[in-house]
Amino acid sequence: MRLILITIMGLVIFSCAPDKPQNQEGLPGQSSKNSAVEDILTDPTKGIGAVKSVTLNSPLEQDRISRGLAIYEMKCSACHRLDDKRVVGPGWKDITKNRKPEWIMNMITNVDVMLDQDPEAQKLLELCLMRMPNQNVSIGDARDLLEFMRQNDGEK
Amino acid sequence: MNKLIKSLYTLAIVAAVLSLYNCQPQGPKQALTGGAAEKVYVPPGQYDEFYSFVSGGFNGQMLVYGIPSGRLLKILPVFSVFPENGYGYSEETKPMLNTSHGAVPWDDLHHIALSTTKGEHDGRWAFANGNNTPRVARVGLSSFRTEEILEIPNSGGNHSSPFLTENTEYLVAGTRFSVPMGANKDVPINSYKENFKGSISFIKVNQETGRMNIEFQLRTPGFNYDLSRAGKGPSHGWFFFSTYNTEQAHTLLEVNASQNDKDFIMAVNWKKAEEYLAAGKAKVERANYAHNIYDEATHSATSTMLNEVMVLDVTELKDIVYFIPCPKSPHGTDVDPTGEYIVGSGKLAATMPVFSFTKLQKAIADKDYEGDFEGIPVIRYEAALHGEVEKPGLGPLHTEFDNNGNAYTSFFVSSEIVKWNVKTLEILDRVPTYYSVGHLSVMGGPTAKPYGKYMVAYNKITKDRYLPTGPELAHSAQLYDISGDKMQLLLDFPTVGEPHYAEALPASLIMDKSIKIYKLEENKHPYAALGEGKARVERNGNQVHVYMTAIRSHLTPDNIEGVRVGDDVYFHLTNLEQDWDVPHGFAIRGALNAEILVMPGETQTLKWKPLVPGVVPFYCTDFCSALHQEMSGYIRVSPAGSNTPLKFSTGEED
Repeated sequence: MRLILITIMGLVIFSCAPDKPQNQEGLPGQSSKNSAVEDILTDPTKGIGAVKSVTLNSPLEQDRISRGLAIYEMKCSACHRLDDKRVVGPGWKDITKNRKPEWIMNMITNVDVMLDQDPEAQKLLELCLMRMPNQNVSIGDARDLLEFMRQNDGEK
Repeated sequence: MNKLIKSLYTLAIVAAVLSLYNCQPQGPKQALTGGAAEKVYVPPGQYDEFYSFVSGGFNGQMLVYGIPSGRLLKILPVFSVFPENGYGYSEETKPMLNTSHGAVPWDDLHHIALSTTKGEHDGRWAFANGNNTPRVARVGLSSFRTEEILEIPNSGGNHSSPFLTENTEYLVAGTRFSVPMGANKDVPINSYKENFKGSISFIKVNQETGRMNIEFQLRTPGFNYDLSRAGKGPSHGWFFFSTYNTEQAHTLLEVNASQNDKDFIMAVNWKKAEEYLAAGKAKVERANYAHNIYDEATHSATSTMLNEVMVLDVTELKDIVYFIPCPKSPHGTDVDPTGEYIVGSGKLAATMPVFSFTKLQKAIADKDYEGDFEGIPVIRYEAALHGEVEKPGLGPLHTEFDNNGNAYTSFFVSSEIVKWNVKTLEILDRVPTYYSVGHLSVMGGPTAKPYGKYMVAYNKITKDRYLPTGPELAHSAQLYDISGDKMQLLLDFPTVGEPHYAEALPASLIMDKSIKIYKLEENKHPYAALGEGKARVERNGNQVHVYMTAIRSHLTPDNIEGVRVGDDVYFHLTNLEQDWDVPHGFAIRGALNAEILVMPGETQTLKWKPLVPGVVPFYCTDFCSALHQEMSGYIRVSPAGSNTPLKFSTGEED
C-alpha cells in the first residue's frame, strides 16, 4: 500500500513539474527529476540536489569564511543583504538558523530545480517574484558561502 | 470503337499539352516531389544536423544557419558595425575595425573557410575575407565571435581569400585587382602592363592560438586573381588560383578581358616558397597594415600597426609558380576530395576542364611547356588535362564534391546545378535553381571527406520566390537532398545581405564546445566591477568612469549626479549574471553611437557625451525578467563648470 502511495506521489510531482526541453535535463549540477522525488521523500527540509549531508565544524573554518565573503561580494551581494531586510532576495540574517545547511547549498547550486519543485523555495519565489539566478557556484564554493553565512549569524 | 478512338484522341491531346508544359521554363510554382517537408522539418526543441556558416556579402557579416531547416541562428558581426550588440560601437570593439585608412565600419564579406586538419573539419575556427578593404578575419567556434582581423597590404581587393591549406597552416589572400606596387604608385593607368602587379599573401596560422601573421607575399604578374583552393592529400603543398584578364586590360574589362581563348590557373608550390623564404631570398618591403585582436580575458580589442612584409618575386625565383591554360576567364578552381583533380570553371567557356595533379607534376618534370608568361612557364594544356566535361551548361562558377566521387557545379547563366562524375566526366543529373545560382555548398564539400546529404544553392536573383517586399528582396537560398541519384529540391529560405560562399559542418563537431557564460572569476577587464560593492563613479579630469553592474533586475549605481556638460562619460557595464542566455543591455538617451549588449560575466563600455543640462534616463534594453521595465536609472547633468558634487547610489531612501 505504501509503495503504491509513493508511486502516486511520485506521479503527482512529475505531472506538476513544468515540461523542460529535453536537453536541459543533463545540465551539470542540476539533478534529475527522479532523484528530486527521492530527495523530497527522504527529507523535505534538505531541499533537492547533490548535497545530501553537510558536516559543520566548530570553531568556524576561517579560510572558508574569507573565500565565502569574496564569492558573496562578487555573485550574491547585488540581491542579498546581510541584515534581515529583503531587497531583490531575502536578507541573509539568521538563514543558517532557519534552514538546514543542505537546503541552503542545494538552493545555491541547483536553483532551477529547487524553484520548480521545492515547496519552500517556491514560497520564496511567490514572495520575491524574481527567480533566483543560477550564479554558476560550485558545491565547494557553496560550502564556503555557508561558512560565511554562519559567521554572519554570529557563530564563532 | 468510336468511343475508344475518341478517348485515345483525348489522351494524345493531354499528353501533348503535358509535354508542352514540360518544355516551358520551370516557374516558381514547380511542384515538389514527395517527402520534402518531412526532410526539412526539425520539430520544436530539436536541433539541426548541420551548422552552416554563410557569408553576408555586402552586409559584411557572417550568418549562421541550421541545416536542413534553413533557420537563421545568428548574425555574427565581422567586418561591419552591428548596433544590435554594439560591435564596432563599444569602446572594447572599436579597435577591431581599425585599418591603415582609419576605422572602416563596413566591408564586403565573400568567402568562409572552416579550419581543417588533414583536410577534414576540426571545428576550431571560421575564417572570412573582407573584399573591399583587404582584410581577413578569424572567428572562434566556441565563442561565435570575431577574435582577430588582419589587414592585407599590397592588395587591390581581397577576393581570392581566405582559402586554407590542408592542416590550416596557411590561409591565402590573393588580390582581385592588380595595382601599382613599390615606392611610386602614382603612375598612369595605361601603364598597367609595365607597373601593375599581382600579390598573393600567405598568412600563417598559429596552431595553438589561431593568431595570424603574413608569413610572405608572392609578387606575381599583373592581372586579376579570382578564387583559389589548396591541394590536399597528394597535392598538399600546392595552391591553385584562377585568374582572368590575362589580356592585362585596364578599361572595359567586360569586353577587353574576354579576348583570350584561355586564361590561367596559377599553380603555386608553396613549400618551395617556404624554402626560398628560409634561404633568405625574400625582400623586406615597407608596408602599413593593422592587426586587431580581441582578448577574451579583458573583453577588449587592441589594434597594432605593422610596417613590413617579406616578398618573394615569382618571376625571379624559379619553380614556385606555373601557369595552366584554362578556357575562358575561370572563376572557381576547385580541388576534389582525393586531391588529384582540379576543376576549372571558365565563365565563358563551352567545356569545363578537369586537370590531373599527377599529369601536372609530369608535365613540370618533362618541361612540357607551350611557352612562358613574363618568364613563368605555361604548361601545355593537354599535358595537364584529365579531360573535359562536354556541354555542361552555361556560365559555370563553382564546384563542390560529395563522398561518392561526384562533383556539383553551379551554372549562373543557365540557372542550374549539374552533377557529374569526377573520373568519368559523365553528366549524371541537373536541377534548376531559382534563380541564377552563384556559390553552392555541399555539406563538407571542399574537404577531404565530404558529408554529402544536403546541398545549398545561393542564388543571386530572387524575383518571385517570396511575397514581394518592394524593389529590394531577400536573397534566396535553396536546399537540395543529394543523398540519392537524383537531386531533389526541398526548401527555399531567405538570407541576409548577399551570401556568396558558405561552408557547413556537423553540429556534433562544435555544439558541446559552445561557451555559455564568461566566468566572473576570469574577467580581467580593467574597468570591471566584480560585485555590486565594487560599483562606483570616478572622475578623472573631464572623463567620468561609471563602474556599473547589472543583475536581474537593477543597475548599480542607478542614481548618478555630478556629471557636467562637456564630460566624456564611460559606462562600463559588468553583467553579474552567471547563467546561460541572460544578457543585459544598456542604452542612454542621446547616445550618438549605439546600445551595448553585455553577456553574463562580461564587461562592455558605452561612451556618452552629455550636451545639455538635465536629468537623463538610462535602461536595460534586453528583456531580462518580470521586472525588466524597472531596470533603469537616472543621471543628472549639470552645466559646464558647475559644482554639483559627484554622487552615486542605488536603493538609497531620501
